[in-house]
Amino acid sequence: MPESLAITKFSDLANPTRFLGLAARILPWMAGMTAILFAIGLYLTFASDGDYQQGMTVRIMYVHVPSAWLSMMCYSVMAVSAIGTLVWRHPLADVSHKTAAPLGAAFTLIALATGSLWGKPMWGTWWVWDARLTSVFVLFLMYLGLIALTRAMDDPGKAARVSAVLILVGFVNIPIIKFSVDWWNTLHQPASVIRLDGPTIDKEFLWPLLVMAIAFTLLFFTLHIAAMRNEIWRRRVSAQRRMAARMAGQPSAKEA
Amino acid sequence: MTALLLRDLKLSVRAGGGALIGVLFFMTVVAVIPFGVGPDLNLLSRIGPAIVWIGALLSALLGLDRMFQTDREDGSLDLILMQEHPLVLTVLIKCLAHWLGNGLPLVIASPLLGLFMNMSEVAIGATMLTLLVGTPALTFIGAVGAAVAVALPRGGLLVSILVLPLAIPVLIFGVSASYAAVEDPAPFMPPFLILVAITMFFAVIGPIGAALALRNTAD
Repeated sequence: MPESLAITKFSDLANPTRFLGLAARILPWMAGMTAILFAIGLYLTFASDGDYQQGMTVRIMYVHVPSAWLSMMCYSVMAVSAIGTLVWRHPLADVSHKTAAPLGAAFTLIALATGSLWGKPMWGTWWVWDARLTSVFVLFLMYLGLIALTRAMDDPGKAARVSAVLILVGFVNIPIIKFSVDWWNTLHQPASVIRLDGPTIDKEFLWPLLVMAIAFTLLFFTLHIAAMRNEIWRRRVSAQRRMAARMAGQPSAKEA
Repeated sequence: MTALLLRDLKLSVRAGGGALIGVLFFMTVVAVIPFGVGPDLNLLSRIGPAIVWIGALLSALLGLDRMFQTDREDGSLDLILMQEHPLVLTVLIKCLAHWLGNGLPLVIASPLLGLFMNMSEVAIGATMLTLLVGTPALTFIGAVGAAVAVALPRGGLLVSILVLPLAIPVLIFGVSASYAAVEDPAPFMPPFLILVAITMFFAVIGPIGAALALRNTAD
Protein backbone atom coordinates (compact mmCIF):
# COMPACT_ATOMS: atom_id res chain seq x y z
CA MET A 1 0.00 0.00 0.00
CA PRO A 2 1.62 3.25 -1.06
CA GLU A 3 -0.56 5.20 1.36
CA SER A 4 0.54 3.27 4.42
CA LEU A 5 4.12 3.58 3.20
CA ALA A 6 3.72 7.36 3.13
CA ILE A 7 2.30 7.30 6.66
CA THR A 8 5.21 5.19 7.89
CA LYS A 9 7.67 7.59 6.29
CA PHE A 10 5.86 10.49 7.90
CA SER A 11 5.77 8.96 11.37
CA ASP A 12 9.42 7.91 10.99
CA LEU A 13 10.17 11.63 10.91
CA ALA A 14 8.50 11.96 14.29
CA ASN A 15 11.71 10.57 15.75
CA PRO A 16 13.88 13.66 16.26
CA THR A 17 17.09 11.67 15.79
CA ARG A 18 15.97 10.49 12.36
CA PHE A 19 15.00 14.05 11.53
CA LEU A 20 18.42 15.29 12.61
CA GLY A 21 20.07 12.67 10.40
CA LEU A 22 17.96 13.68 7.42
CA ALA A 23 18.59 17.36 8.11
CA ALA A 24 22.34 16.81 8.26
CA ARG A 25 22.20 15.02 4.90
CA ILE A 26 20.04 17.46 2.93
CA LEU A 27 20.97 20.81 4.47
CA PRO A 28 24.28 21.27 2.58
CA TRP A 29 22.54 20.44 -0.71
CA MET A 30 19.71 22.82 -0.04
CA ALA A 31 22.06 25.60 1.02
CA GLY A 32 24.13 25.05 -2.12
CA MET A 33 21.07 25.09 -4.38
CA THR A 34 19.85 28.26 -2.71
CA ALA A 35 23.19 29.98 -3.30
CA ILE A 36 23.29 28.91 -6.97
CA LEU A 37 19.71 29.99 -7.62
CA PHE A 38 20.31 33.33 -5.94
CA ALA A 39 23.40 33.84 -8.10
CA ILE A 40 21.42 33.08 -11.28
CA GLY A 41 18.44 35.12 -10.15
CA LEU A 42 20.49 38.16 -9.20
CA TYR A 43 22.43 37.95 -12.48
CA LEU A 44 19.18 37.83 -14.47
CA THR A 45 17.81 40.67 -12.39
CA PHE A 46 20.69 42.98 -13.13
CA ALA A 47 21.13 41.83 -16.74
CA SER A 48 17.54 42.70 -17.64
CA ASP A 49 16.70 46.17 -18.82
CA GLY A 50 14.62 48.37 -16.63
CA ASP A 51 10.95 48.90 -17.31
CA TYR A 52 10.19 51.72 -19.78
CA GLN A 53 8.10 53.45 -17.14
CA GLN A 54 9.60 52.42 -13.84
CA GLY A 55 13.26 52.40 -14.83
CA MET A 56 15.65 50.85 -12.34
CA THR A 57 13.13 50.63 -9.53
CA VAL A 58 11.43 47.66 -11.16
CA ARG A 59 14.26 45.55 -9.75
CA ILE A 60 12.83 45.98 -6.28
CA MET A 61 10.07 43.69 -7.49
CA TYR A 62 12.42 40.69 -7.61
CA VAL A 63 12.87 40.92 -3.85
CA HIS A 64 9.49 42.33 -2.92
CA VAL A 65 7.21 39.84 -4.65
CA PRO A 66 8.97 36.60 -3.55
CA SER A 67 9.17 37.70 0.07
CA ALA A 68 5.52 38.71 0.03
CA TRP A 69 4.63 35.27 -1.34
CA LEU A 70 6.77 33.67 1.32
CA SER A 71 5.22 35.65 4.12
CA MET A 72 1.92 33.98 3.24
CA MET A 73 3.41 30.56 2.52
CA CYS A 74 5.17 30.59 5.88
CA TYR A 75 1.88 31.18 7.64
CA SER A 76 0.36 28.29 5.68
CA VAL A 77 3.26 26.04 6.72
CA MET A 78 2.61 27.11 10.31
CA ALA A 79 -1.11 26.35 9.97
CA VAL A 80 -0.37 22.86 8.63
CA SER A 81 2.07 22.30 11.50
CA ALA A 82 -0.55 23.57 13.92
CA ILE A 83 -2.98 20.94 12.64
CA GLY A 84 -0.17 18.41 13.07
CA THR A 85 0.28 19.52 16.67
CA LEU A 86 -3.38 19.42 17.59
CA VAL A 87 -4.55 16.39 15.63
CA TRP A 88 -1.63 13.98 15.51
CA ARG A 89 0.46 15.36 18.37
CA HIS A 90 3.38 15.10 15.96
CA PRO A 91 6.41 16.05 18.06
CA LEU A 92 8.17 17.84 15.21
CA ALA A 93 5.10 19.88 14.32
CA ASP A 94 5.37 22.13 17.35
CA VAL A 95 9.07 22.61 16.71
CA SER A 96 8.14 23.47 13.13
CA HIS A 97 5.60 26.20 13.83
CA LYS A 98 7.61 27.65 16.68
CA THR A 99 10.67 28.14 14.46
CA ALA A 100 8.67 29.28 11.44
CA ALA A 101 7.20 32.31 13.20
CA PRO A 102 10.40 34.44 13.35
CA LEU A 103 11.18 33.51 9.72
CA GLY A 104 7.70 34.56 8.66
CA ALA A 105 8.04 37.82 10.56
CA ALA A 106 11.37 38.48 8.83
CA PHE A 107 10.00 37.84 5.33
CA THR A 108 6.95 39.97 6.05
CA LEU A 109 9.19 42.78 7.25
CA ILE A 110 11.29 42.50 4.07
CA ALA A 111 8.12 42.62 1.96
CA LEU A 112 6.84 45.67 3.82
CA ALA A 113 10.18 47.49 3.75
CA THR A 114 10.89 46.86 0.06
CA GLY A 115 7.29 47.69 -0.80
CA SER A 116 7.67 50.96 1.04
CA LEU A 117 10.94 51.74 -0.79
CA TRP A 118 9.25 50.94 -4.08
CA GLY A 119 6.17 52.95 -3.19
CA LYS A 120 8.09 56.17 -2.62
CA PRO A 121 9.24 56.64 -6.25
CA MET A 122 6.18 54.97 -7.84
CA TRP A 123 3.21 56.12 -5.79
CA GLY A 124 4.92 59.15 -4.25
CA THR A 125 4.42 57.99 -0.69
CA TRP A 126 6.04 55.58 1.73
CA TRP A 127 2.83 54.15 3.05
CA VAL A 128 -0.86 54.15 2.22
CA TRP A 129 -3.63 52.49 4.21
CA ASP A 130 -4.53 50.33 1.27
CA ALA A 131 -6.23 46.95 1.78
CA ARG A 132 -3.24 44.86 0.75
CA LEU A 133 -0.73 46.87 2.77
CA THR A 134 -2.92 46.94 5.82
CA SER A 135 -3.64 43.23 5.80
CA VAL A 136 0.05 42.39 5.38
CA PHE A 137 0.84 44.71 8.27
CA VAL A 138 -1.75 42.84 10.32
CA LEU A 139 -0.02 39.61 9.35
CA PHE A 140 3.25 41.05 10.65
CA LEU A 141 1.59 41.96 13.95
CA MET A 142 0.17 38.45 14.20
CA TYR A 143 3.60 36.90 13.73
CA LEU A 144 4.99 39.11 16.50
CA GLY A 145 2.06 38.27 18.79
CA LEU A 146 2.61 34.55 18.22
CA ILE A 147 6.33 34.89 18.98
CA ALA A 148 5.49 36.78 22.18
CA LEU A 149 2.96 34.12 23.20
CA THR A 150 5.38 31.24 22.63
CA ARG A 151 8.13 33.00 24.55
CA ALA A 152 5.81 33.81 27.45
CA MET A 153 5.21 30.19 28.45
CA ASP A 154 7.69 27.93 30.22
CA ASP A 155 6.40 24.56 29.10
CA PRO A 156 7.22 24.13 25.38
CA GLY A 157 4.53 21.50 24.82
CA LYS A 158 1.77 23.62 26.26
CA ALA A 159 3.02 26.74 24.47
CA ALA A 160 2.98 24.85 21.19
CA ARG A 161 -0.59 23.60 21.56
CA VAL A 162 -1.93 26.96 22.67
CA SER A 163 -0.23 28.89 19.90
CA ALA A 164 -1.42 26.24 17.41
CA VAL A 165 -5.01 27.19 18.28
CA LEU A 166 -4.24 30.84 17.70
CA ILE A 167 -2.45 30.12 14.41
CA LEU A 168 -5.50 28.30 13.09
CA VAL A 169 -7.85 31.10 14.15
CA GLY A 170 -5.53 33.68 12.57
CA PHE A 171 -5.48 31.77 9.30
CA VAL A 172 -8.62 33.69 8.24
CA ASN A 173 -6.28 36.58 7.41
CA ILE A 174 -4.49 34.68 4.62
CA PRO A 175 -7.39 34.60 2.12
CA ILE A 176 -8.11 38.22 3.02
CA ILE A 177 -4.56 39.18 2.02
CA LYS A 178 -4.68 37.11 -1.14
CA PHE A 179 -7.96 38.53 -2.41
CA SER A 180 -7.75 42.00 -0.87
CA VAL A 181 -6.60 43.46 -4.19
CA ASP A 182 -9.59 41.96 -5.98
CA TRP A 183 -12.21 42.81 -3.36
CA TRP A 184 -11.16 46.38 -2.70
CA ASN A 185 -10.01 48.18 -5.79
CA THR A 186 -7.18 50.24 -4.36
CA LEU A 187 -3.68 51.43 -5.06
CA HIS A 188 -1.86 48.10 -4.92
CA GLN A 189 -2.07 46.34 -8.27
CA PRO A 190 -3.95 43.03 -8.60
CA ALA A 191 -2.19 39.70 -9.07
CA SER A 192 -0.31 39.51 -12.36
CA VAL A 193 1.54 36.18 -12.16
CA ILE A 194 -0.74 33.60 -10.55
CA ARG A 195 -4.08 33.94 -12.32
CA LEU A 196 -6.42 31.73 -14.29
CA ASP A 197 -5.79 33.22 -17.73
CA GLY A 198 -2.00 33.00 -17.43
CA PRO A 199 0.48 35.61 -16.30
CA THR A 200 0.03 39.11 -17.68
CA ILE A 201 3.57 40.09 -16.84
CA ASP A 202 6.13 40.24 -19.67
CA LYS A 203 8.45 37.23 -20.15
CA GLU A 204 11.45 39.44 -19.66
CA PHE A 205 10.36 40.09 -16.08
CA LEU A 206 8.70 36.74 -15.46
CA TRP A 207 11.80 34.54 -15.72
CA PRO A 208 14.02 36.37 -13.22
CA LEU A 209 11.01 36.67 -10.93
CA LEU A 210 10.34 32.94 -11.00
CA VAL A 211 14.00 32.08 -10.40
CA MET A 212 14.11 34.49 -7.50
CA ALA A 213 10.86 33.06 -6.12
CA ILE A 214 12.26 29.53 -6.16
CA ALA A 215 15.50 30.79 -4.60
CA PHE A 216 13.57 32.53 -1.82
CA THR A 217 11.44 29.43 -1.21
CA LEU A 218 14.53 27.25 -0.95
CA LEU A 219 16.10 29.82 1.36
CA PHE A 220 13.04 29.62 3.59
CA PHE A 221 13.12 25.82 3.76
CA THR A 222 16.88 25.78 4.39
CA LEU A 223 16.56 28.26 7.23
CA HIS A 224 13.49 26.50 8.57
CA ILE A 225 15.09 23.07 8.71
CA ALA A 226 18.25 24.55 10.24
CA ALA A 227 16.16 26.38 12.83
CA MET A 228 14.22 23.21 13.63
CA ARG A 229 17.49 21.35 14.09
CA ASN A 230 18.74 24.09 16.42
CA GLU A 231 15.50 23.99 18.38
CA ILE A 232 15.76 20.22 18.86
CA TRP A 233 19.36 20.60 20.00
CA ARG A 234 18.35 23.42 22.34
CA ARG A 235 15.67 21.25 23.93
CA ARG A 236 18.12 18.38 24.34
CA VAL A 237 20.71 20.65 25.95
CA SER A 238 18.18 22.03 28.40
CA ALA A 239 16.93 18.51 29.18
CA GLN A 240 20.49 17.36 29.84
CA ARG A 241 21.18 20.40 31.98
CA ARG A 242 18.12 19.63 34.04
CA MET A 243 19.28 16.06 34.43
CA ALA A 244 22.77 17.17 35.39
CA ALA A 245 21.33 19.53 37.98
CA ARG A 246 19.27 16.69 39.40
CA MET A 247 22.34 14.44 39.57
CA ALA A 248 24.39 17.16 41.25
CA GLY A 249 21.69 17.49 43.88
CA GLN A 250 22.17 13.90 44.96
CA PRO A 251 25.16 13.38 47.28
CA SER A 252 25.77 9.81 46.02
CA ALA A 253 27.50 10.99 42.84
CA LYS A 254 31.02 9.91 41.87
CA GLU A 255 32.84 12.34 44.12
CA ALA A 256 31.08 11.29 47.29
CA MET B 1 -26.48 26.64 31.62
CA THR B 2 -28.89 29.35 32.76
CA ALA B 3 -27.33 29.12 36.19
CA LEU B 4 -23.90 29.69 34.69
CA LEU B 5 -25.21 32.64 32.69
CA LEU B 6 -26.76 34.22 35.76
CA ARG B 7 -23.69 33.55 37.89
CA ASP B 8 -21.33 35.16 35.38
CA LEU B 9 -23.68 38.09 34.95
CA LYS B 10 -23.89 38.70 38.68
CA LEU B 11 -20.13 38.44 39.04
CA SER B 12 -19.54 40.96 36.28
CA VAL B 13 -22.06 43.49 37.57
CA ARG B 14 -21.06 43.39 41.22
CA ALA B 15 -18.17 45.38 42.64
CA GLY B 16 -14.83 44.41 41.19
CA GLY B 17 -16.49 42.81 38.19
CA GLY B 18 -15.20 45.45 35.84
CA ALA B 19 -18.36 45.93 33.75
CA LEU B 20 -18.89 49.51 34.87
CA ILE B 21 -15.18 50.22 34.70
CA GLY B 22 -15.37 49.31 31.01
CA VAL B 23 -18.09 51.89 30.37
CA LEU B 24 -16.16 54.47 32.38
CA PHE B 25 -13.05 53.76 30.32
CA PHE B 26 -15.11 54.07 27.12
CA MET B 27 -16.36 57.52 28.15
CA THR B 28 -12.88 58.61 29.20
CA VAL B 29 -11.34 57.58 25.89
CA VAL B 30 -14.00 59.42 23.92
CA ALA B 31 -13.76 62.45 26.20
CA VAL B 32 -10.01 62.66 25.65
CA ILE B 33 -10.35 62.89 21.85
CA PRO B 34 -11.61 66.54 21.74
CA PHE B 35 -8.59 67.55 23.80
CA GLY B 36 -6.36 65.89 21.22
CA VAL B 37 -7.94 67.12 17.99
CA GLY B 38 -9.43 70.36 19.28
CA PRO B 39 -13.08 71.22 20.00
CA ASP B 40 -14.08 71.85 16.38
CA LEU B 41 -17.67 70.55 16.24
CA ASN B 42 -17.70 69.96 12.49
CA LEU B 43 -14.55 67.88 12.64
CA LEU B 44 -15.85 65.97 15.67
CA SER B 45 -19.14 65.13 13.97
CA ARG B 46 -17.22 63.87 10.95
CA ILE B 47 -14.88 61.58 12.89
CA GLY B 48 -17.49 60.78 15.56
CA PRO B 49 -18.55 57.27 14.48
CA ALA B 50 -14.93 56.18 14.12
CA ILE B 51 -14.01 57.55 17.55
CA VAL B 52 -16.96 55.87 19.23
CA TRP B 53 -16.09 52.58 17.55
CA ILE B 54 -12.41 52.74 18.51
CA GLY B 55 -13.36 53.61 22.08
CA ALA B 56 -15.73 50.64 22.21
CA LEU B 57 -13.07 48.34 20.76
CA LEU B 58 -10.50 49.41 23.35
CA SER B 59 -12.88 49.07 26.26
CA ALA B 60 -14.05 45.68 25.03
CA LEU B 61 -10.41 44.55 25.16
CA LEU B 62 -10.09 45.85 28.71
CA GLY B 63 -12.21 43.21 30.39
CA LEU B 64 -11.21 40.27 28.23
CA ASP B 65 -8.32 38.81 30.19
CA ARG B 66 -10.59 38.28 33.22
CA MET B 67 -12.99 36.13 31.23
CA PHE B 68 -11.49 32.79 32.26
CA GLN B 69 -8.80 33.92 34.68
CA THR B 70 -11.09 34.49 37.67
CA ASP B 71 -12.52 31.01 37.11
CA ARG B 72 -9.06 29.58 37.01
CA GLU B 73 -8.06 31.33 40.21
CA ASP B 74 -10.98 30.02 42.28
CA GLY B 75 -10.87 26.57 40.70
CA SER B 76 -14.23 26.64 38.96
CA LEU B 77 -12.53 26.35 35.57
CA ASP B 78 -11.49 22.80 36.48
CA LEU B 79 -15.09 21.97 37.36
CA ILE B 80 -16.28 23.45 34.08
CA LEU B 81 -13.75 21.34 32.19
CA MET B 82 -14.81 18.18 34.00
CA GLN B 83 -18.55 18.44 33.51
CA GLU B 84 -20.38 16.47 30.85
CA HIS B 85 -21.83 19.35 28.86
CA PRO B 86 -19.87 20.05 25.69
CA LEU B 87 -17.21 22.59 26.59
CA VAL B 88 -17.97 24.59 23.43
CA LEU B 89 -21.50 25.30 24.70
CA THR B 90 -20.22 26.32 28.11
CA VAL B 91 -17.76 28.71 26.50
CA LEU B 92 -20.54 30.11 24.31
CA ILE B 93 -22.66 30.78 27.40
CA LYS B 94 -19.72 32.42 29.13
CA CYS B 95 -19.20 34.61 26.05
CA LEU B 96 -22.84 35.64 26.10
CA ALA B 97 -22.66 36.48 29.79
CA HIS B 98 -19.46 38.43 29.20
CA TRP B 99 -21.09 40.34 26.37
CA LEU B 100 -24.22 41.10 28.41
CA GLY B 101 -22.03 42.33 31.26
CA ASN B 102 -19.38 44.22 29.30
CA GLY B 103 -20.50 44.71 25.71
CA LEU B 104 -24.12 45.72 26.11
CA PRO B 105 -23.36 48.61 28.53
CA LEU B 106 -21.02 50.03 25.88
CA VAL B 107 -23.80 49.90 23.30
CA ILE B 108 -26.21 51.61 25.70
CA ALA B 109 -23.67 54.30 26.54
CA SER B 110 -22.84 55.06 22.91
CA PRO B 111 -25.77 57.46 22.11
CA LEU B 112 -24.69 59.76 24.93
CA LEU B 113 -21.17 59.85 23.57
CA GLY B 114 -22.60 60.41 20.11
CA LEU B 115 -24.24 63.58 21.45
CA PHE B 116 -20.90 64.70 22.86
CA MET B 117 -19.35 64.21 19.43
CA ASN B 118 -22.06 66.34 17.78
CA MET B 119 -23.24 63.48 15.59
CA SER B 120 -26.61 63.60 13.82
CA GLU B 121 -29.49 61.40 15.00
CA VAL B 122 -29.12 59.06 12.04
CA ALA B 123 -25.41 58.65 12.70
CA ILE B 124 -26.02 57.95 16.38
CA GLY B 125 -28.64 55.36 15.55
CA ALA B 126 -26.44 53.69 12.95
CA THR B 127 -23.43 53.64 15.26
CA MET B 128 -25.50 52.12 18.04
CA LEU B 129 -26.93 49.49 15.71
CA THR B 130 -23.53 48.53 14.32
CA LEU B 131 -22.10 48.38 17.84
CA LEU B 132 -24.98 46.14 18.91
CA VAL B 133 -24.21 43.76 16.06
CA GLY B 134 -20.41 44.10 16.11
CA THR B 135 -19.44 43.92 19.79
CA PRO B 136 -20.45 40.22 20.15
CA ALA B 137 -17.82 39.45 17.50
CA LEU B 138 -15.23 41.23 19.64
CA THR B 139 -16.23 39.08 22.61
CA PHE B 140 -16.02 35.86 20.60
CA ILE B 141 -12.61 36.73 19.18
CA GLY B 142 -11.51 37.82 22.62
CA ALA B 143 -12.58 34.51 24.12
CA VAL B 144 -9.88 32.76 22.07
CA GLY B 145 -7.25 35.24 23.23
CA ALA B 146 -8.41 35.00 26.85
CA ALA B 147 -8.36 31.20 26.74
CA VAL B 148 -4.92 31.14 25.16
CA ALA B 149 -3.42 33.44 27.77
CA VAL B 150 -5.33 32.05 30.76
CA ALA B 151 -2.29 30.35 32.26
CA LEU B 152 -0.07 33.41 32.05
CA PRO B 153 0.29 35.45 35.22
CA ARG B 154 0.21 38.78 33.42
CA GLY B 155 -1.59 37.97 30.22
CA GLY B 156 -3.74 41.10 29.95
CA LEU B 157 -1.55 43.07 27.57
CA LEU B 158 -0.73 39.99 25.54
CA VAL B 159 -4.44 39.24 25.07
CA SER B 160 -4.94 42.70 23.61
CA ILE B 161 -2.03 42.29 21.22
CA LEU B 162 -3.26 38.88 20.07
CA VAL B 163 -6.88 39.94 19.68
CA LEU B 164 -6.52 43.35 18.02
CA PRO B 165 -5.32 42.12 14.59
CA LEU B 166 -8.29 39.77 14.34
CA ALA B 167 -10.69 42.50 15.43
CA ILE B 168 -9.69 44.87 12.61
CA PRO B 169 -12.30 43.55 10.10
CA VAL B 170 -15.04 44.17 12.67
CA LEU B 171 -13.83 47.74 13.10
CA ILE B 172 -13.59 48.33 9.34
CA PHE B 173 -17.11 47.18 8.54
CA GLY B 174 -18.63 48.67 11.67
CA VAL B 175 -17.25 52.11 10.89
CA SER B 176 -17.99 51.91 7.17
CA ALA B 177 -21.60 50.93 7.86
CA SER B 178 -21.96 53.84 10.30
CA TYR B 179 -20.61 56.26 7.70
CA ALA B 180 -22.72 54.76 4.95
CA ALA B 181 -25.86 55.60 6.92
CA VAL B 182 -24.92 59.28 6.94
CA GLU B 183 -23.33 59.82 3.56
CA ASP B 184 -25.79 59.36 0.76
CA PRO B 185 -24.07 57.61 -2.15
CA ALA B 186 -22.80 54.65 -0.13
CA PRO B 187 -25.48 52.05 0.69
CA PHE B 188 -25.86 51.04 4.33
CA MET B 189 -26.86 47.41 3.95
CA PRO B 190 -23.79 45.72 2.35
CA PRO B 191 -21.23 46.65 5.05
CA PHE B 192 -23.85 46.05 7.73
CA LEU B 193 -24.63 42.57 6.41
CA ILE B 194 -20.92 41.76 6.20
CA LEU B 195 -20.63 42.85 9.82
CA VAL B 196 -23.46 40.46 10.74
CA ALA B 197 -21.70 37.71 8.80
CA ILE B 198 -18.41 38.37 10.64
CA THR B 199 -20.19 38.16 13.98
CA MET B 200 -21.86 34.87 13.08
CA PHE B 201 -18.59 33.47 11.72
CA PHE B 202 -16.73 34.26 14.92
CA ALA B 203 -19.67 33.00 17.00
CA VAL B 204 -18.78 29.59 15.57
CA ILE B 205 -14.99 29.86 15.40
CA GLY B 206 -14.48 31.67 18.72
CA PRO B 207 -16.01 29.18 21.17
CA ILE B 208 -14.47 26.21 19.31
CA GLY B 209 -11.00 27.78 19.44
CA ALA B 210 -11.39 28.89 23.04
CA ALA B 211 -12.59 25.43 24.14
CA LEU B 212 -9.65 23.80 22.36
CA ALA B 213 -7.20 26.18 24.02
CA LEU B 214 -8.75 25.70 27.47
CA ARG B 215 -8.48 21.92 27.16
CA ASN B 216 -4.84 22.23 26.22
CA THR B 217 -3.80 24.63 28.95
CA ALA B 218 -5.59 22.67 31.65
CA ASP B 219 -3.38 19.56 31.75
